[in-house]
Amino acid sequence: MSPGNGAPPLLEVRGLRKHFPLRGGVFQRTHAWVRAVDGVSFDVYPTETLGIVGESGCGKSTLARLILRLIEPDAGTVRFGGEDVRAATPPRMKRLRRDMQLVFQDPYASLNPRLTIEDAVAFSLIVHGTPRAEARDRARALLGRVGLDPRLYGRRYAHELSGGQRQRVNIARALVLDPKLLVLDEPVSALDKSVQAQVLNLLQDLKAERALTYVFISHDLNVIEYVSGRVLVMYLGEVVETGTADALAQSPKHPYTQALFASAPSLDPDHRMERPPLAGDPPNPIDPPSGCRFRTRCAFAMPRCAQAPPTLLAVGARHEVACYLYEAEATVAAPAC
Amino acid sequence: MAITTTLPRELDAVAGAPMSYWRTVGWRLARDPATLAAGAVLVLIALSALLAPWLAPYDPNAGSIRLRLAFVGAPAHLLGTDEQGRDMLSRLLWGGRMTLVAGLTPVLVAFVLGTGLGVLAGYVGGLTNTLVMRTMDIFYAFPAVLLAIAISGALGPGLPNTLISLSIVFVPRVVRVAESATVQVKGLEYIAAARASGAGVGAIVRHHLLANVLGPILVFASTQVSLSIILAAGLSFLGLGVTPPAAEWGLMLNALRQSIYVNAVVPALPGVAIFVTSMAFNLLSDGLRDAMEIRA
Repeated sequence: MSPGNGAPPLLEVRGLRKHFPLRGGVFQRTHAWVRAVDGVSFDVYPTETLGIVGESGCGKSTLARLILRLIEPDAGTVRFGGEDVRAATPPRMKRLRRDMQLVFQDPYASLNPRLTIEDAVAFSLIVHGTPRAEARDRARALLGRVGLDPRLYGRRYAHELSGGQRQRVNIARALVLDPKLLVLDEPVSALDKSVQAQVLNLLQDLKAERALTYVFISHDLNVIEYVSGRVLVMYLGEVVETGTADALAQSPKHPYTQALFASAPSLDPDHRMERPPLAGDPPNPIDPPSGCRFRTRCAFAMPRCAQAPPTLLAVGARHEVACYLYEAEATVAAPAC
Repeated sequence: MAITTTLPRELDAVAGAPMSYWRTVGWRLARDPATLAAGAVLVLIALSALLAPWLAPYDPNAGSIRLRLAFVGAPAHLLGTDEQGRDMLSRLLWGGRMTLVAGLTPVLVAFVLGTGLGVLAGYVGGLTNTLVMRTMDIFYAFPAVLLAIAISGALGPGLPNTLISLSIVFVPRVVRVAESATVQVKGLEYIAAARASGAGVGAIVRHHLLANVLGPILVFASTQVSLSIILAAGLSFLGLGVTPPAAEWGLMLNALRQSIYVNAVVPALPGVAIFVTSMAFNLLSDGLRDAMEIRA
């Protein structure tokens, strides 16, 4: 949980950038770039849960795929356990993949319709050289652990399961290699509220049991607050604020974070905030605003916001915000990350 | 966390033996009367072609000058005789062999080659995709009949050349379907999950990709069989396919064409045979397509 206890970070992300080319015309020339992830840096410490929150289209899923090197970044580094993931040779990469796994958002597209679920889970083990029978046994045991009785469900196909059940299979598939880090890309967004709670509780139990480290991506602030120790707020491919879940919930600094919390429905009248709600849609990531990318929707925008992008400044213990409003109260110069 | 709160009765239902995909497809096919009928017709045609040496009452190439264009139902000649007095039943049985070979082989070749090329182009993408697909476009730009005639014309008549030219006609079509199916499946998350688990390209293609693209490709290829039969018969009709005196339905149709005013029924027989066979293949592929559309 606590980054300050001296343990080195499990995952170090520095200046990660991915711009997707938009091609068109006869010769497939690149005429524009989508700036999906633009200079994102953060650390994840062993056994903590880092929540990443932001509107859809802000680059969260791209970030997840960049961390796992499912797509190659344009710039920046990802270090896992001190090792540069981008520099790993194919055999080394295969070994590294056992330690970092991904749970996908869409429970329907993420399971092969032609495999039984025990085969889907066992596949990863077989890829890493486990004998077939043993792989199947381990897959069945894990299916049981995530709440799917292997005797009832092991030989079934994905289309015979509900969304929540499929997501349990996805979790089992990610865990079967005994990873240290689990990147969860909107793991409960496609599920009903009641099923969400069950899956979230399962994830919390598994984390405690296996001393897992989570990077939990979601657009749902309630979910993020529930699971995360630390939270990273993203806007149009950039980090605008990072801090503990409590600090962010109690005193969000960045106008975007404030707006996010204001727009999240709360059942407690005492916790309703009277802040300006967020107007309009996020600008197009093909041509983001100059300077601070949030300025076009920000109630406090100043002329200088258009000139240069603000950097992350420390405004409290492990609380950083990228906004000119807090320059005066910045406690110490933030480390350049 | 207790989630197994289902009632025992429902548990039993869940425990009912789940069927694999292909077993479900087979089960559905067996319950479709049109497909069953088409299948039965095809089995009958295939068997009669296969057993032609034993079933045929006469030598298909032995004619009799005195018995030309006998009517259907003539004594000793059940389906009459052709313009050279050869027994029509024998010729139809023997001709079925040629027609089935000419119909199925090019599609089979195209299925194998086209799937390979299409999956390669779709999965690798980039320059490989451009090279393969644009090359296929060149062939695709010509109408099927024209292309078949042009290639057969260049290669010369004969069964092997017919098979080569028809294969060239069908490969690009299958490649297109295989490529688009591959591109679509490749973008799905279970492929990304397989990559994230550390699986290599070979394992992903074998276990995750092929199983999901072969279905649509198979359905498409099956629709092409009837076209291939008609094209093969067409080439023979034009004198570019099987050479006389071999019995082949298209060739028989051409030879009997001039006799249509003398005896209208006998010249129609090879046409009926072509029609029934290609129709049966069409019905079968329709049934296959319906049976393979399994989505909860």
